[in-house]
Amino acid sequence: MSRLELSGVSKSFRGLKAVSRASFDVTPGGIHALIGPNGAGKTTIFNVVAGVYAPDEGEVRFDGRAIHGLRPDQVCAAGIGRTFQIVKPFAGLSVIENVVVGALHREKDVPAAKRLAAGIVEGLGLGAKSGLPASSLTLPDRKRLEVARALATRPRLLLLDEVMAGLRPTECDQIVAVFRELNRAEGLTILLIEHVMRAVMALAQHIVVLHHGEVIARGAPDEVVRDPAVLESYLGEETEV
Amino acid sequence: MSGLLEGVPRRGLWLLAALLALLALFPVFAGGYLLAVGFLILYFAFVGQAWNVMMGFAGQLSLGHSLYVGLGAYAAAALYVHFGLSPWIGLAASVALCALAGAVIGFLAFRFGVAGVYFAILTIAFAEFARIGFDHFSWVRGSSGLFLPVANYTENDLWNLRGSPRMFYYLMLALTAGAFVLCHALLRSRMGYYWLAIRESPEAAEALGINVFRYKMYAVVISAAMTSLAGVVFAFYYNNLFPEQIFHISRSIELILGPIIGGIGTLVGPIVGAFLLTGLAEGLREMMLQLGIEVPGVKQVFYGLCLLLVIMFLPDGVWPPLAKKLGLHR
Repeated sequence: MSRLELSGVSKSFRGLKAVSRASFDVTPGGIHALIGPNGAGKTTIFNVVAGVYAPDEGEVRFDGRAIHGLRPDQVCAAGIGRTFQIVKPFAGLSVIENVVVGALHREKDVPAAKRLAAGIVEGLGLGAKSGLPASSLTLPDRKRLEVARALATRPRLLLLDEVMAGLRPTECDQIVAVFRELNRAEGLTILLIEHVMRAVMALAQHIVVLHHGEVIARGAPDEVVRDPAVLESYLGEETEV
Repeated sequence: MSGLLEGVPRRGLWLLAALLALLALFPVFAGGYLLAVGFLILYFAFVGQAWNVMMGFAGQLSLGHSLYVGLGAYAAAALYVHFGLSPWIGLAASVALCALAGAVIGFLAFRFGVAGVYFAILTIAFAEFARIGFDHFSWVRGSSGLFLPVANYTENDLWNLRGSPRMFYYLMLALTAGAFVLCHALLRSRMGYYWLAIRESPEAAEALGINVFRYKMYAVVISAAMTSLAGVVFAFYYNNLFPEQIFHISRSIELILGPIIGGIGTLVGPIVGAFLLTGLAEGLREMMLQLGIEVPGVKQVFYGLCLLLVIMFLPDGVWPPLAKKLGLHR
């Protein structure tokens, strides 16, 4: 059974079809990437999965259970964690408090949640900044905080929306290593939206390419990057000089 | 108890104990007018704390908290006048009524996505409904006002809340101290974290599994129920209730100035704000009386000035920078 399964999902905004009959699935324990040009509907798909929008048609199943139409908090309770492309830190709270909010989802007891949060903050390299207000973080750190918060809810599927954007190559490699380790050690399934192909190629075992709201290609990374349709619409033709 | 004190700086505890001792001893030195000012300060510290649960913690702006003061006051007073019920029994009715009113307003707003400014307007609207409604509510004497029987009490009757200003002062002190401890505990609880998360970003809060609707409802209901207690004391202290006054929007505004000036979302802010505003405003009025100057509306101008200065120079309120100076910030 797939961890996540989208079948024929469509979503329009005032007549503009953002996602059109998109179908793909994510295998348990896998790392899948969702790529495509701006406006292709990637974030809309995330928002449909995460319960922000109900799809106009189609189904979303998580471990076989239909989750389309659930509220975001119910989707989280089902076991899906997500980050936001435009980061939404709890700006007035400290880094550790931000993560405690996430940790309280599974750990009802505040001291236990604090311990869980401290471990996650440490793991993402934010340990030294744990007492600082989230508003004082740089953008790469805010992205890390998004990940830490989502991880604290102990998800079985993690949706990462462009967390590598704006990172330097070394920082990018660091965070890639963190995800690899989470995937390896805990069997965390990851679906990521990413423009940084360096990260996509390093992480993803499977790629879904979206264009104008439609899935135009899917498969193993090296197949997908050679697909003519993908080259034309997103990655660009290789030109001989 | 140890959990309650965890993470509180030792110096903060000493300062709190000193403040409490000072407030407890205050009536020994102060009588009459000063005691009345002391009562008012505590009253505003308490309602400010109650309002702060909604706005400061959960980020929901209410501009209609006079509704809960008024409903609480009228419920207990009417039960006393009509049936001779002790205010301690009436209080249960007040709390229940205000919790229900808060739940209705919260449900209507949050269920249908009324947020931000529109939510604030809705809270004003309900306070205004009550003001106009109670004007024609003959069971509580409508616009001619509800009066509680007054006599010269030689003994304090705590059961019926009939007695000296000193008794009311101590009652209000106990309530204010209780509200402080309650808010401190709430803020450190799971619910407290959830409120702050909702205040900072409802979308992110939802994504972390928080049922935003439910926790906003808790905030409104708790805030309303707390505020109703102030209403009960108000009724038995002043012994007269007029819908035109108690439900008036100026009362709602007056009670939120303290926390705004003291520091929204902080535990000490509402107390500091009440001291500054009420203390200074009454001092100013007294000084002007001594000088033989009598200008109506001086208090309002003074409030306006305070608000202006705080917004210009201390946008987080007086308490956060003060706490830093005293070494009390986390």
